[in-house]
Amino acid sequence: MDLGLKVTKRDRSVVVTVSGEVDVATAPRLRSQLVSLVSDGERRIICDLEAVDFLDSTGLGVLVGALKRARTHGGELVMVCTQRRLLKVFEITGLTRVFEFYDTVDEAVAAA
Amino acid sequence: MTSGSAVGGSVRLEFPARPEYLALVRVVVGRVAGHGPPLDPLRINDLCLAVSEACANAIDAYADEGDVGARVDVQLALGRRQITVDVNDRAGGFEIGAVRPSLPEPHPHRERGLGLPLMRTLTDEMVVTPTDGGTSVRLVMRGGAGR
Repeated sequence: MDLGLKVTKRDRSVVVTVSGEVDVATAPRLRSQLVSLVSDGERRIICDLEAVDFLDSTGLGVLVGALKRARTHGGELVMVCTQRRLLKVFEITGLTRVFEFYDTVDEAVAAA
Repeated sequence: MTSGSAVGGSVRLEFPARPEYLALVRVVVGRVAGHGPPLDPLRINDLCLAVSEACANAIDAYADEGDVGARVDVQLALGRRQITVDVNDRAGGFEIGAVRPSLPEPHPHRERGLGLPLMRTLTDEMVVTPTDGGTSVRLVMRGGAGR
C-alpha cells in the first residue's frame, strides 16, 4: 500500500489528510509536503492520521521535524488521531506530550 | 492448538535491502503470525512494526556501507506459545554500547533514532547480537495477555 496525501484549506488551518502507510519508503513524501506548507506560510497545519494504516519511527521523526520547523516559523502542527495502534506508538516515544491531539478534523479546525 | 495453526513451522524471507520492500515484509509477518499462537490483532500489528523497524535498521546499515546489492534475511519461527523473528544482516554490525538507553532527540534529516525503543517496548523480548560481519536482531512475541 502506498501513501496518500491530500491538502485542504479550512478556515485558518490547512488540513493534510494522510492515508496508507508511512514508513522509510514513503516518509520523504510526507516530509516534502509538510516542509512546503511551512515554507508557503501556513501557520497552522492539521495532520489527519485517521486513514493511516501504518506509521513507523521514520514517520514519527518526520512529524517531529515538521513540528520544529513550524514552530520556528511561529506556527504549529497538530494531529487528528483516534486509532489505538497509532496512539500507542506516539505514547511509547513520549510524543503524546509533544503534539496536540484531536478526535476530529472539525475539532482541530475549531480550536484554531 | 487452534484450527489452521502452523505451530512448529517456520518461514524464511530474504529480500533486497531497499525500503520499498518493507511493506511486503509487514504483510508476510502479519499473515504468518496469524497462524501462530493466539495473539491479539493489536499485538500482531506491534510485531509487524517491530520487524519493520529492525529491517529498516538493516537497510540503513547497508546504505551506510554503500552495499547496494545487499539482502536482509528474516526468519519467523512459530512456537506453541511464542513467535520468534530473527532479522539478520551482514552490514558490518554496530556498537551495541553506542545504542542510547533513552529516547534520542530526533534529528531533522535522519529520523531513525526512535526505532530501537519502539522495538524494545512493543515486543516481549528484543536481543541484538553482533554476528560474523553483521547484526542479528531477535524479536519475541508471546501468546496470552497483551502488554
